[in-house]
Amino acid sequence: MITRNYVRENAYYDSVTLMMISSKISAVEGVQNAAVMMGTDYNKRLMRDSGLLMDEHMDASANAMIIGVIASSEALCEEVLEMVNHELERKSGGSGKDELRAKTISGALRQLPTANFAVISIPGRHAAREVDKALDAGLNVLLFSDNVSIEDEVRLKDKAIDRGLLMMGADCGTAIINGVPLGFANRVRKGRVGIVAASGTGLQEVSVIVHRGGEGVSQAIGTGGRDLKDAVDGRMMRMGLEALMEDPQTEVIVLVSKPPSEVVMKKILETAGRTEKPVIGCFLGGDPKILEGSSVQYAETLEDAALMGLEALGHQVERNAPLDSELVSSIKRRIGENRTYLRGLYSGGTLTYEALWLMQPFLDELRSNLSMKGVLPLEDVEVSVGHTLLDLGDDYFTDGRPHPMIDPRSRVARLEKELDDPETAVVLLDVVIGFASHEDPAGALVPLLERANARGDGPVVIASVCGVEEDPQVLSEQIDKLKGAGVYVMETNAMATRLALAAIGGGE
Amino acid sequence: MKKVNQLFQEDLAVVNVGLETFYTSMRSIKVPTVHVEWKPAAGGDEKLMAILDRLK
Repeated sequence: MITRNYVRENAYYDSVTLMMISSKISAVEGVQNAAVMMGTDYNKRLMRDSGLLMDEHMDASANAMIIGVIASSEALCEEVLEMVNHELERKSGGSGKDELRAKTISGALRQLPTANFAVISIPGRHAAREVDKALDAGLNVLLFSDNVSIEDEVRLKDKAIDRGLLMMGADCGTAIINGVPLGFANRVRKGRVGIVAASGTGLQEVSVIVHRGGEGVSQAIGTGGRDLKDAVDGRMMRMGLEALMEDPQTEVIVLVSKPPSEVVMKKILETAGRTEKPVIGCFLGGDPKILEGSSVQYAETLEDAALMGLEALGHQVERNAPLDSELVSSIKRRIGENRTYLRGLYSGGTLTYEALWLMQPFLDELRSNLSMKGVLPLEDVEVSVGHTLLDLGDDYFTDGRPHPMIDPRSRVARLEKELDDPETAVVLLDVVIGFASHEDPAGALVPLLERANARGDGPVVIASVCGVEEDPQVLSEQIDKLKGAGVYVMETNAMATRLALAAIGGGE
Repeated sequence: MKKVNQLFQEDLAVVNVGLETFYTSMRSIKVPTVHVEWKPAAGGDEKLMAILDRLK
């Protein structure tokens, strides 16, 4: 094996682009390992530690693009270099005549003077500077970047609130404003349900269930995961809530978050107490008591929150619908002998959290890489033990690798491991579609699922698809692919979780 | 009416700074969007970047 480095100074590319290319080149036959990264100190250490960066290139600047290849021959290294060049050219060659491109926010505003929103997704340490510029120019902001300091988050939110602007984030993945999906979001219709959420896939799941129930979303405001921490004090959730309270299109409001501290909760409940509109609170992992004495109605799950929203608008809904006992029996018959454990491989963090929340009362030994009361930690997250539910979008799994919602390869690799484990009885999956998600996440899982299904004595696979028919990946097409590979597809993550639990005899 | 509530009555027009995938999504549903091809100024040197900001 030989190692080669190619360093290109002053060539900046975004991390998702480079991670997608890294995934492609590492899959080439004869390539032991390969990566393309910007030369930040952190990335250089990562590459050096995996043998991809030679000492003589450790002085490459943060503005340099570094290609590292370990392959069986010189010719193959050259081939990989060509592949990278081709991918980057293809990307820049995609500029159409009607495309609008600028170098700076002020340059962008000269081209689009009517702009009222900025979506910012650059490396966290540079993000606050651009948010300041956007707010100064009167733009509302969705700040997708993480690794922004909490002090900057508080300062930027105060600045935005002072100017009557939204500052959603940091680490805000999803929002729907005026019917436009921002970040990772689904093409749900406009309607009467307003959402404020501190979680991306939580917002997605609620909005798609509302849509499928025949209603739509007025506004779905993301706050970023830290908004309800004491330091940030629920600033954006309270601002979003107040805006929805005053919005004539919004008739019912759904709040989604992990349970905040008592102080922050009190402020949110006080704000919610000032509206006549029904407010539903899904504080996943929180006791119903946290809402006692307030006007906010308790929703146990994301599914429940969406259905309660539909109910408040006069729809007949069935909450906690009982499972089809025939279906449960037939699944149990299909599970091979001596298979006892449940393995959940999730791409959505809040969907993992919802599944853990539903399972932990019934399983004594449930393990996860996410923390929740009643759930045990894993000694090594690379190895599942007993009943294990993993959020594969968590920091450990996405360090230098693309998120599984963008690139399913890391999840496919783990799925193969779990399907081959003789102890696995049930595999539980989420498939999240919509804007910015992978073009065909179900299709990427199918070859492996078909193979496991054909074996006949393997584990059973249960999944749900978070999305709508109008999404680019088309909900029904994703469901059909999964069903064709022998997967039991349920309408919501909560239903899939309940079925998985019943299939292993939990909750009986 | 509060400024945020005024925004809810407007058509969205977006400046995208960073990941190009978000720009492509916006264009696919015909939302007016400009993509800012962001690069760290001053070679990513924090001190120089702060000075440049003050000069602007």
